[in-house]
Amino acid sequence: MKNQNNQENKIKFYKKSIIENSVNVFLLLIPFIILLFSMFVGRYSISPDIIIKIFLSKIIYIEPTWDPTMESVIFDVRLPRAIAAMIVGAGLSVSGASFQGLFKNPLVSPQILGVSAGAGFGAAIALLLWEKVYIVQLCAFLGGIFAVTFTYKISKIYKTTPLLMLVLSGMVTAALFSALTSLIKYVADPWNKLPAIVFWLMGSFNAVSRRDLVFLGPLIIAGLIVLFLIRWRINVLSLGDEEARSMGVNTEQLKLIIILSATVITASCVCISGIIGWVGLIIPHVGRILVGPDHKKLIPASMLLGASYLLFVDDVARSVISTEIPIGILTAIIGAPFFAYLIRKSKSGWNY
Amino acid sequence: MELLKSILQIKKGGFSYIDGTYVFQNIDFSLNKGEVLCILGPNGTGKSTLIKCLTKILPLDDGQILLDGLDISSLTNEEIARKIGYVPQSHYSAFPYSVKDLIVMGRAPHLGLFSVPSGTDFELAYNSMETVGISHLADRPCTELSGGEQRLVLIARVLTQQPDILLLDEPTSHLDIGNQVRLLRLVNNLAKTGLSIVMSSHFPDHAFISSQKVALMKEGKLVGLGSPDNTVNEQSLREVYGINVKIKAIEDGINRKVCIPII
Repeated sequence: MKNQNNQENKIKFYKKSIIENSVNVFLLLIPFIILLFSMFVGRYSISPDIIIKIFLSKIIYIEPTWDPTMESVIFDVRLPRAIAAMIVGAGLSVSGASFQGLFKNPLVSPQILGVSAGAGFGAAIALLLWEKVYIVQLCAFLGGIFAVTFTYKISKIYKTTPLLMLVLSGMVTAALFSALTSLIKYVADPWNKLPAIVFWLMGSFNAVSRRDLVFLGPLIIAGLIVLFLIRWRINVLSLGDEEARSMGVNTEQLKLIIILSATVITASCVCISGIIGWVGLIIPHVGRILVGPDHKKLIPASMLLGASYLLFVDDVARSVISTEIPIGILTAIIGAPFFAYLIRKSKSGWNY
Repeated sequence: MELLKSILQIKKGGFSYIDGTYVFQNIDFSLNKGEVLCILGPNGTGKSTLIKCLTKILPLDDGQILLDGLDISSLTNEEIARKIGYVPQSHYSAFPYSVKDLIVMGRAPHLGLFSVPSGTDFELAYNSMETVGISHLADRPCTELSGGEQRLVLIARVLTQQPDILLLDEPTSHLDIGNQVRLLRLVNNLAKTGLSIVMSSHFPDHAFISSQKVALMKEGKLVGLGSPDNTVNEQSLREVYGINVKIKAIEDGINRKVCIPII
C-alpha cells in the first residue's frame, strides 16, 4: 500500500497537469494570432481573404488579383513593423525577467542599470548634431552600452559586484545621463530639433525599416538565445550570491553574462523604437501568474507574452486615433494601473 | 588507516575584515570520513564565517584549507560544490519557487552552464526528499514553509548536491525542541551513511548528542579540540561562555551527558 502511494507521489512529481499544457498551447498560439490580426489593422484597408492570398502567394502560385500596393503595404510596412514590435517586446520582457532574477527583486526593470538613459542621451546628441538615422541609432546603442559599463565599473568592489551597489550606481548613472539629455533639449532649436528629440524619446515603431531588422534583429535574438540557455541558472542565482556560490555557481561570471546580454538587447531595442517603459516590468509578472516563478518556464513565457503584448499595443497605437500615439506613452498608461492592480492583489508577497 | 585520512583540513586558518580586524585566526582542525564535528562558541565568535570559508564562499586570508588533500583556493566553486554542501542558517527567496524546484537546484554543480535539470535530476531530488521525509511538500511554495520545514528542505537540497561533506550553520536555530531532536537524529543518520559533517551550534548538549569531535571557539580562536567528553566540561564552558554550568551523566538507558546552566 505504501509502495503504491509512493509510486503515485512519484508520478505526480513528474506529470504536467492539464492546466499547464493548455497554458503552454495558449502561449505558443497567441503571438501568431496577434500577428495575423496586425496585418488587417491600418488605414489602408485590405480584406482578410486578400491578405491570406497574398501570404499564400509567397509559398504557392496564385494569380494576383490584387493591387500591387497591397502587397507593398503588407511586406514593406506592416510586416517589418510587426516583427520589430515582436522582437522588441520579447527582448524587453526577457531582459526584465532576467534582471528581476538577478536582483532578486520583482520590481526591477531592464532600465535599472541606466541603459535607456544612456541610449537616450546618445540619440539626443546625435539628433542635435547629425540627424542621420543610422548615426542616431549607432549613438543610442553606444550610449546605452557606455552607461551600463560605467554603472558596472563604479559598483565593482574588489572582485565582486554587490547587488545594492549595482542598483545605486545604476541610479547615479541614469540621473546623470537624464540630466545631460535635458541639457541637450534645453539648447536644442525648439522648432525642429527639440520635437524630434522629444518624439524619439517617447518611443515609436513609426520609422522601422527592414534595415533596422537586419542589423539590430540579430543582436537582440543573440541576447535572447543566451538568456534562454542560462535560464535555469538564473533560479540558482536568485537565491543570493552566497547560496549560489555554495552550489557551485560562478556568480560573477553569470552576473556579467546576464548584464551583458540584457544590455545589448535593451540598447538595440531603444535603437529600433526609442524608449519603451513598463513592458520589461509588467510582462514577467503576467508570466509568473501563468507559469509560476521558475525561470526555466518564465523566460520562454516572457518571450512569447512580451512579443504578443507589444505587437498588440502597437496595433492600438497606430489605429485608435487618426494620428499615431507614441507607444511609450501607451505602455505606461496600460502598465501603471495594471501594476497597481497586481501589487494590491498580491499584497506584500509575490505569491500569485 | 586509509579510512582515517582526513578529507577536510584547515591549517592556521585566519580571516579578517577589510580594516584588518580578525574574525578568527590560527584555526587548525581536520575532519575524517563519517565524522561529525561540532563547533561551539558564543555569538559573534566567527563560527558562521569559518563555515563559509570552508566552502570558499568567503576566501581565507591566512593559512589554507585542504579538501581531499587539495588546497581549495585552487579549486573552482563548482569543483568544491560537488564535494561540499552548505546549509545556511537562514534562507530567503524573493520568488515562491515550489519546493521541488528549489531542491532540484542542488544539481547545479553537476550540470553545465546551459543545461536544465533532467528527469534523472528530479529523481535524485525526489529521493533526497524521501530521505529527509518531506516528499509531501513537493508542490508547496518555498516561501510558505515553517522554520522546521524550511530547514529540512534545505537539507534535502544539499543532499541532492551529492556531496561528501555537509556544512550546517546552526541547523537547529529557531526550531522547537521536537524539530531540534528530529534534525539531530537526521544528522546522526546521515553521518552513518558515510557523510562527514561540520555543524555549528549554540548548545553544548548537541555535541554530546551528535558529534565525535568538538571545536570550542572563543573570540576567534580555537580554545579546545577533541572528543566531546574531553573537551566539553564545566571548566571549559565557564571559560568560553562566562557562566557556570553543571555537566551530569544521565544513565537510565540514555547514557549521555547533559549540560545544565546554573542561574
